[in-house]
Amino acid sequence: MQAHERVSEAVRTANDEGRAGLVPFITAGYPDAKKFIETLKEVASVGDVVELGIPFSDPMADGMTIQRSSFEALKQGVSLAWIFDRLDEAKSDIDTPLVMMSYLNPLLAFGYDELAERALATGVCAFIVPDLPFEESEEIRKALEAKGLGLIQLVTPATPPERLKKLCDASRGFVYAVTITGITGGDKGLPDDLADYLDSVSEVSELPVCAGFGIRAASDVAAVGEHAAGAIVGSALVEVLERGEDAAGYLKSLQGS
Amino acid sequence: MTSLLSPAEADRLLKAAIAGELPDDRGRFGPFGGRYVPETLVPAFERLEEGIREHLHTDEFQSEFVNELKTWVGRPTALTFAPRLSERWGAEVWLKREDLAHTGAHKINNAIGQAILAKKLGAKRVIAETGAGQHGVASAAACARVGLPCTVYMGAVDIERQAPNVDRMRRLGAAVVAVESGDKTLRAAIDEALREWVSDPSGIYYLLGSAVGAHPYPYLVRELHSCIGRESREQMMAQAGGLPDAVFACVGGGSNAIGLFYPMLADDCEIIGVEAGGTGKGLGQNAATLATGTPGVLQGAYTMILQNSDGQVQETHSISAGLDYSGVGPEHAMLQATGRVRYVSAGDEAALEALEELCELEGILTALETSHAFVAARAWAKENPGKRILIGNSGRGDKDMPTLTKYPAKVRTHAST
Repeated sequence: MQAHERVSEAVRTANDEGRAGLVPFITAGYPDAKKFIETLKEVASVGDVVELGIPFSDPMADGMTIQRSSFEALKQGVSLAWIFDRLDEAKSDIDTPLVMMSYLNPLLAFGYDELAERALATGVCAFIVPDLPFEESEEIRKALEAKGLGLIQLVTPATPPERLKKLCDASRGFVYAVTITGITGGDKGLPDDLADYLDSVSEVSELPVCAGFGIRAASDVAAVGEHAAGAIVGSALVEVLERGEDAAGYLKSLQGS
Repeated sequence: MTSLLSPAEADRLLKAAIAGELPDDRGRFGPFGGRYVPETLVPAFERLEEGIREHLHTDEFQSEFVNELKTWVGRPTALTFAPRLSERWGAEVWLKREDLAHTGAHKINNAIGQAILAKKLGAKRVIAETGAGQHGVASAAACARVGLPCTVYMGAVDIERQAPNVDRMRRLGAAVVAVESGDKTLRAAIDEALREWVSDPSGIYYLLGSAVGAHPYPYLVRELHSCIGRESREQMMAQAGGLPDAVFACVGGGSNAIGLFYPMLADDCEIIGVEAGGTGKGLGQNAATLATGTPGVLQGAYTMILQNSDGQVQETHSISAGLDYSGVGPEHAMLQATGRVRYVSAGDEAALEALEELCELEGILTALETSHAFVAARAWAKENPGKRILIGNSGRGDKDMPTLTKYPAKVRTHAST
C-alpha cells in the first residue's frame, strides 16, 4: 500500500465503524515545543489521521488562533527539520497516519526530494499546501508521488464544478472540502447550504471527503458526518491545547462519546 | 526553479521582456512570478485576469483612464532640471516629478486605474493594503472618485510612523484597519488584506498597491504605471535633447521603478534600482531583497525574498515604510537575473542626507523612499562625471514629517549660506 492510501483507508475504516473520520490538527511544537511528541500522541490516540501544521511566518489563509500558534512555535525554534527529527525518534510509537499542512515556502526551502524521503521515513503520508493551487503543483507532486506520498487538494464553496472534478481527481489521501469562504478559526458556524455543497463534492470524488474550517462541536462533526467521510478540527483544538485542557477528552467529546 | 540563468536564457528572456511578451500565459517572468494563492481565491484571480483581458486595452477603458490621469491626477507630471544638484554632483540631473501627482506620489496612477477596473468588474467594495500610507491615500481617493467603499489595511508600526496619511485616508472616506499580527508592517497588511478577500472573493476587489503578488497583479500594476517611463522618454527628448545615460528609482515592491524602467528597457542607458540598505547588511537590518535575498514564494509569487534557511520570511528594517518589505516584484527579480537592471542599496543615514541635500539645493522635500534613489545616483555621478541622469522622484516627503522630526536638520538655513 502506498503511503497516501493509508490516509484514505484510515478514514474509510472509521466510516465502516459507523462514524465520521476525525482528523485533528495541531501546530507542531505548540503550545510547548518540548511536549510536541506527547501532544501528538495524545491527539493520535483519538484521531483517525492527524494533520500536523508546520509553522510559517506568513500564514495568509489562517485566522488568529493558528497565526498565534504558528508565531509562538517559530519563537520556540520549531522548523521542518526539527519536526522530522522528533518524528524520527518517536515513529515506532505512532501508528496513526500523519499529514503535514505547510505553506509552500518552507517546503521549497527544504527541497522537495529530501522532503519526500524524510516524510516517508517518519510516517507522514500526505501534504496539504494551502497556498499552492493545482496549476503550480506539478514539481512537488512529482517528488511526492515518486515516494508514494500524496498531495491533498483543497476545494471550496467558490470552486466551479469543472474545476471541482479536476481537483478531486488530482487529490490523494482525501479531498479537503473547505466548508466556508473564509479563513480558519471562524466562529460564525457552518453555512446553511453545507449539506448540498458536501454532497456535491462527495458525488464527484472517488476519495473520502473530509470537511474542515469552522468545526468546533460534536453537533458540527455529526452534521458534517452526514454528508462527508470525515471532519477536520483545527483552531478549536488548538484553543483547547492553548488553555492546557484535556485534548483527548475534547476529541472524544466530538465523537459523541 | 532557479535564479541562475544561462547567458542564452538571460538573453532570450530580456528580448521577450522588451518585446512585451512577459509575463507569459502562466504569469511568469522567466522562472519568477506565477500564482501561489489559496484555492478560495483561484476563481477570483481568474475573473481578474479575464477582466483585464476584456477591458484594460480597450479604447473605452483607456480613454476613461487617460482622461482621469490628465484631469484628476495631473499628468503628465513635470520633468524638472536640477541645476544646483547638477553642479554639486558634476552631472546633468533630471527629476521625474511623481511627487506632483495628485495625493503626492506615483501610487495614484495604479489606484485610479484599478478603481475604474473594479467598477467595471462589478465589485461591491474595495480593499487595499498600505505601507507608507501613500497607496492607502491613493486608494481612498480613487475609490471616492469612482464611488466604491474602501477599507485599507495598515500595519500598526506604519500607522504610528505615517500618522498624517492615516488621517488623510479617513478624511477621504476609507476605513483604516490596524494590523497587529505578524511584523505589523506592509507584509502583515498584505496577509490581512488577503484574509479579508478570502471571506468574500466575489464581492471584494483587492486593489494591490505594488508590482508584487500573484499574477496578474505584477503585470496590471506595471501597465498602469508605465506612463511614468513613457512620459519621461518624451520629456527627456524634448527638454534635455536626448535620453539619459543612467536612470534611477527606489525599489520596495518596485511599482514606481517598473513604471519608469519598463518603457526604457530597450534604450541605451544604464538602469539602476535602489533598495533600502537600512542599518546594515545582516538579515533583519535592511530590506535589500534583490541584493541579499534568495528565491522563494511569498504572498503569491516566486521571487527574491528575505528568508532564513528554513524558508521563514524575515522581518526587515528601513527608515522608509514604503521600502520596508521582505519581497520584491517578480519582474524585478527577472530583470536582475538577466543583468539588464542593476540593484544596489542605500542605508538609512545616507537617505536622510540625500533628502536634506535635495531640500537645500532644489527646494523639493522628497519622500524617504525616494531619497534612496538619490544616494545611488550621487555615487554613480561621482564615478561617471558629466553624464545625464534621470531620477524617478516617486513621492513627496510631507508624510515623513513624524519621522523627520526625530532627525533635526543638519543643514543651515538658506539665509546663512
